[in-house]
Amino acid sequence: MHQFQAEVRHRDGVAVIDLLGDVNAEAEQALDAATREAEAYNPNTILLNFTNVGYINSTGIALIVGILARARRERRSVAACGLSEHYQEIFTITRLSDFMRMFPDEESALAEQPAV
Amino acid sequence: MEATSSLVQRFKQFARRGSGGSDHPRRTADERLPLPDAPPIDIAPDDPIIAYFQRASGAVDIDQISIDSPAIEHLRAAGVKLVVPLVSQGELIGMLNLGARLSEQEYSADDRRLLDSLASHAAPAVRVAQLVRQQQAEARERESIAQELRIAHLIQQTLLPKQLPDLPGWHISAYYQPARAVGGDFYDFIELPDGKIGLVVGDASSKGVPAALVMATTRTMLRASAQRLVEPGIVLERTNEVLCADIPRNMFVTCLYAVLDPTSGHIQYANAGHNLPYLRTASGVVEMRATGWPLGLMPGMTYEEKQIIVSPGDNVLLYSDGLVEAHDPQGDMFGSNRLTALMHDVASASTLIDRMLTHLTLFTGPDHEQEDDITLVALERSAAVWQHAPDTLGAGGEDADTMTPTSSRSPSGGDHRLLLEFSLPSVTGNERIAMERVAAAVGDLGIPSATVERIKTAVAETTMNAIEHGNDNREELPVSIRVVLSAGDLVICIVDQGGNEPIPEPTTPDLEAKLAGLQSPRGWGLFLIKSMVDEMRVAGDATHHAVELIFRLNENEGSGASVSG
Repeated sequence: MHQFQAEVRHRDGVAVIDLLGDVNAEAEQALDAATREAEAYNPNTILLNFTNVGYINSTGIALIVGILARARRERRSVAACGLSEHYQEIFTITRLSDFMRMFPDEESALAEQPAV
Repeated sequence: MEATSSLVQRFKQFARRGSGGSDHPRRTADERLPLPDAPPIDIAPDDPIIAYFQRASGAVDIDQISIDSPAIEHLRAAGVKLVVPLVSQGELIGMLNLGARLSEQEYSADDRRLLDSLASHAAPAVRVAQLVRQQQAEARERESIAQELRIAHLIQQTLLPKQLPDLPGWHISAYYQPARAVGGDFYDFIELPDGKIGLVVGDASSKGVPAALVMATTRTMLRASAQRLVEPGIVLERTNEVLCADIPRNMFVTCLYAVLDPTSGHIQYANAGHNLPYLRTASGVVEMRATGWPLGLMPGMTYEEKQIIVSPGDNVLLYSDGLVEAHDPQGDMFGSNRLTALMHDVASASTLIDRMLTHLTLFTGPDHEQEDDITLVALERSAAVWQHAPDTLGAGGEDADTMTPTSSRSPSGGDHRLLLEFSLPSVTGNERIAMERVAAAVGDLGIPSATVERIKTAVAETTMNAIEHGNDNREELPVSIRVVLSAGDLVICIVDQGGNEPIPEPTTPDLEAKLAGLQSPRGWGLFLIKSMVDEMRVAGDATHHAVELIFRLNENEGSGASVSG
């Protein structure tokens, strides 16, 4: 099991947060720090990159809800890419997909600019 | 000549109905709008005067009638001189009876023509009034029958159990649907000493209020006997003795009485001529036979007693004849063979009743009017709580398997393939270990990868709840996990030590409220579990929670899932 990491990159006005590891309670601090770092550049969109995430639990879902809630207050959009089919299903079941668009990968997400 | 109106007012008038085809041949005149001082005159249905008046072509002078008729004598005694028959559609429906004229002269030809004309107009009107009155009487009778049915329903509903027994490790379901005519079905759960439960399903012969009253009496007698006596056969014997003294002739009650010990799964039962219950185990469905005559037929009866053990995962079905004796549009009966075939492949007590009712509807057709009461009581001993949960483990790490994957037999002899059984200390993060171990254990079953992912999420979330909420993060308390393949179902049971706190019902989180900051962003666990599984059962006792996650692998065969091994 890896220590969770979250790295921020900026591409074309989009703040990409690369997630690495399990999105669970232990990810909270790193995820919060990365989100604040991403917001510092006032991007229109935050793109959460789940390509290297193998496990998201209900606490992780709650963390993503928190990111989404804060972004909505600041009129930013949030999108997700790289989710496995299973977690795409979970995002659909939880209705997170109603509030954040899901893309297969980062390139397809950025290609949708400025839609994302 | 006097005006018609004064004639009508002056002379006594009786509107009477003749006897032809009437259901009420002898009604008294005071039921038929007599004037206040008109003496009632009965006309017997076989009085020849009726046929005479029906054939008469107009007003008839009483003094010129020579037939032998009691009614004529009554009319003469009442001072009637002239009778104008009211005939409608060939039937005598009444008469205008006139006394002597005030002038003491005879009625003239003009008087008679006027009276005939009056009669020809009055007869249809009187007939209409009679029909209206008849319909009102029939409506009152129908309402009276409906009221009786309502009373019968009320008696039955009042005496049926208000709630099902809540027995740790057991799932009990009941269904009761009275037929429109209201039969005498009943069921009951009786709390007995030592935590045992009396189970009753019965059917009183006859219908309506009599059946409901007999049912109520039987229930009361059974309850009284069950509290004092232990053996079900003796309880039925005593009930029969008391009932025989009180029950109306030609009525009787069939009744199955069983005593369940929830701790051991032991059921002792006796049967007074009721439909045989069924026990479903992993190895098949068996009739629970015991002989005995129905209650109330004759005193001095004895009742055979039998016993069974209901093992974890087994089902028992008690029912009334309304199910097996239902007919399809061709007149064929539902039958016990169909019932046992359906029992073979059900997974739980709750789905058992649903399955029976669904197939009953398919069998009888949508326009079927239910012929008799239908009562179903289903018990299932949950496979969730096994009797000897693994002992507390050492803290800090993963415990070795307490049992390696192997094939085992349940206590009842049914085959369950135990895939994995292990325990973990209550340390955050161990849910991921649980998830991976269960995934590895089912890896050879050929389950589609999407289903495996759902299994993993459900196991991880349930284990996390067990660690955090059930065991309060006390690492010395174990979370025990057992994975069983049973009749095409993958059953994963996760047990913690927190039985004193109930597990809440899963609800759908309000995402909008969470995004608006009105609710905590947390609270997804139970919802996720429920969304991942085909069925989630929660059981427990004073010290344990047991959550059973069920995946119906056979139902996914069409989408590529299969079970090997």
